[in-house]
Amino acid sequence: MSEVLNVPTMAEMLAQGKQPEVLFWVGCAGSFDDRAKRITKAFVRILNRANVEFAVLGTEESCTGDPAKRAGNEFLFQMQAMMNIEVLNAYEAKKIVTACPHCFNTLKNEYPELGGKYEVIHHTEFLKSLLDSGRLTIEGGQFKGKRITFHDPCYLGRANNIYEAPRDLIQKLDAELVEMKRSKANGLCCGAGGAQMFKDAEKGNKEINIERTEDALETKPDIIAAGCPFCNTMMTDGVKNKEKEAEVKVLDIAELIANAQDL
Amino acid sequence: MGILANIFFALLLIIGFGYFTINVKKLIRNIKLGQDVNRSDNSSERWKNMAMIALGQSKMVKRPVSGFLHIIVYVGFVIINIELLEIIIDGLFSTHRVFKFMGGLYDVLIGSFEILAFLVLVAVIIFWIRRNVTKLKRFASSDLNGKPRNDANYILYFEVVLMSLFLLMNAADLHLQNLPEVFGHYEKAGSFPISQFLTPIFDGMSTQLVFMLERTFWWLHIIGILIFLNYLYFSKHLHILLAFPNTYFADLNAKGKFDNLESVTKEVKLMMDPNADPFAAQPVDENAVPSKFGASDVMDLNWVQLLNAYTCTECGRCTSACPANQTGKKLSPRKIMMDTRDRLEEVGRNIDKNKGVFVPDNVSLLNNYITAEELWACTSCNACVEECPVNISPLSIIMDMRRFLVMEESAAPQSLNAMMTNIENNGAPWQYNQMDRLNWKDEQ
Repeated sequence: MSEVLNVPTMAEMLAQGKQPEVLFWVGCAGSFDDRAKRITKAFVRILNRANVEFAVLGTEESCTGDPAKRAGNEFLFQMQAMMNIEVLNAYEAKKIVTACPHCFNTLKNEYPELGGKYEVIHHTEFLKSLLDSGRLTIEGGQFKGKRITFHDPCYLGRANNIYEAPRDLIQKLDAELVEMKRSKANGLCCGAGGAQMFKDAEKGNKEINIERTEDALETKPDIIAAGCPFCNTMMTDGVKNKEKEAEVKVLDIAELIANAQDL
Repeated sequence: MGILANIFFALLLIIGFGYFTINVKKLIRNIKLGQDVNRSDNSSERWKNMAMIALGQSKMVKRPVSGFLHIIVYVGFVIINIELLEIIIDGLFSTHRVFKFMGGLYDVLIGSFEILAFLVLVAVIIFWIRRNVTKLKRFASSDLNGKPRNDANYILYFEVVLMSLFLLMNAADLHLQNLPEVFGHYEKAGSFPISQFLTPIFDGMSTQLVFMLERTFWWLHIIGILIFLNYLYFSKHLHILLAFPNTYFADLNAKGKFDNLESVTKEVKLMMDPNADPFAAQPVDENAVPSKFGASDVMDLNWVQLLNAYTCTECGRCTSACPANQTGKKLSPRKIMMDTRDRLEEVGRNIDKNKGVFVPDNVSLLNNYITAEELWACTSCNACVEECPVNISPLSIIMDMRRFLVMEESAAPQSLNAMMTNIENNGAPWQYNQMDRLNWKDEQ
């Protein structure tokens, strides 16, 4: 099936004299990482289905600077931030949605002081608002009764106190939400944050993603749900390491919703 | 008691509180060595945090067993100290239980002090067992090897001794109160739900001996309290005082928000300003200290981070929640706080020795105390910050030290340098063309 995704850019919108309802910040992982691109597309399919008038920056988007800042390179971070802010402000962006908690946190918390003031929402919150307002309806379908455990991304949960939106969505699928022994504010990191994604771990006796995957597998899940492209990678690797990839899928909340809709 | 005893008592108080005041001043001076940071905003939310977290112990009970036991010791400590006021007045003016005029209320007070003292004893014994017999992982950790482990036990022994003296003092007092004829000024006052069971130990002793014992317990108790007060500064136990300012001044922002360095903002703005003349002479300030990016020593940290270091009581909840530590990496957020405090103390001693000025000692927090390996193991997940019962942030120190490693020393791990080069060149942490950013749209 050749699918046609409707993905207008801010430049195209501007040319038509239009301002989108929301700017979708795709992020580097969502743009380039093969696994994360599937999340991006799933989210776009939902936006298309719900007739959300959105736009992306496309080639004008650049790294938010999160990994540079967390690695200690404040210069690079602020340069990235100022460039992005110039672009966003030029398009008069007001509302931004993103499927990456790291982009979300940086745009929401660290850009305002540098002149970038936007309403920033994570895609799980946005999807919930689509459902709440009736613009999107889902039936559990293939996930009815499935055991789904949600891994809290640090930069969504502890960092920004968003715990309920992703869980509400899972429950809307008529799935059985099972919690890990460490969840919400006590959730264990997947091991990718703070720029760890881009380096080898220091010497230790275990990889963090294995420790976390064990937490998840203890709940005997059919699906490990994630809300972050980096957590997704870490948990997928963890499940492979445990040779459970045949039984346990790691899926983003957007993919769950899109699959439930057969999108 | 004679006038001599009163004078001796007054002297003891002056020495006890005087020495404590000297050390508190030192403490404040050391904290002020930190960089300025504004935490004077939002006072209502700050008071609320202090009331909930320090006074109300709301984060302690996240771990119910230690949380509950801690509340007993904490309430006991606060309430029993009301008795201290009476002890001081009695000591200065040779009165006996001067508050007894309160009648029924006095009985209730003394009765509740006794019950609390007993509960504190039980809690402290359980604490001791957790540390020394069952050896909880966070107490067995090598972070605490040497002085810190002894320090923790000394505090517990102190509490046992003080509570025991308090109950023995009351028991002896009760024995004297119960004599058929009123002995000295030992009139009936107070109720003694716990120490009444201790009075039999005085049976058969002469009244004079019991009197001597009562006086001994009374004196040892107050001397013990003064020693304890003065031991605070030298121990990890300052949290009983500093938890209050620490929760008040803690960061109120979302935990994910890391501060944007203003010094960097200035430079970046200059770089990006098309009208800026890069060759223009900068206004020269003769006294300006060249700014340093990030932190390599305690003076580079801000004063709230230094207050954090003195407040830490080494409970280790942060470390037990740390994903890096759980998987065997060297990083321990508790050790970050202990190292910061130990280095700050070292700097303080240096200043004391050199008549008020810090003489460079070729030692720094980075490398001599905290290694780069520890710093690079952090995932910035905020678990340590979430766990801390008094809102300490080890993460902010880790980040400031990473900033120094990267911006001052270019000492990031090679793979991170590659990631940063990619961001600089093509706007993504991986080597992909910026122009390919939207390719996903058309890929099947």
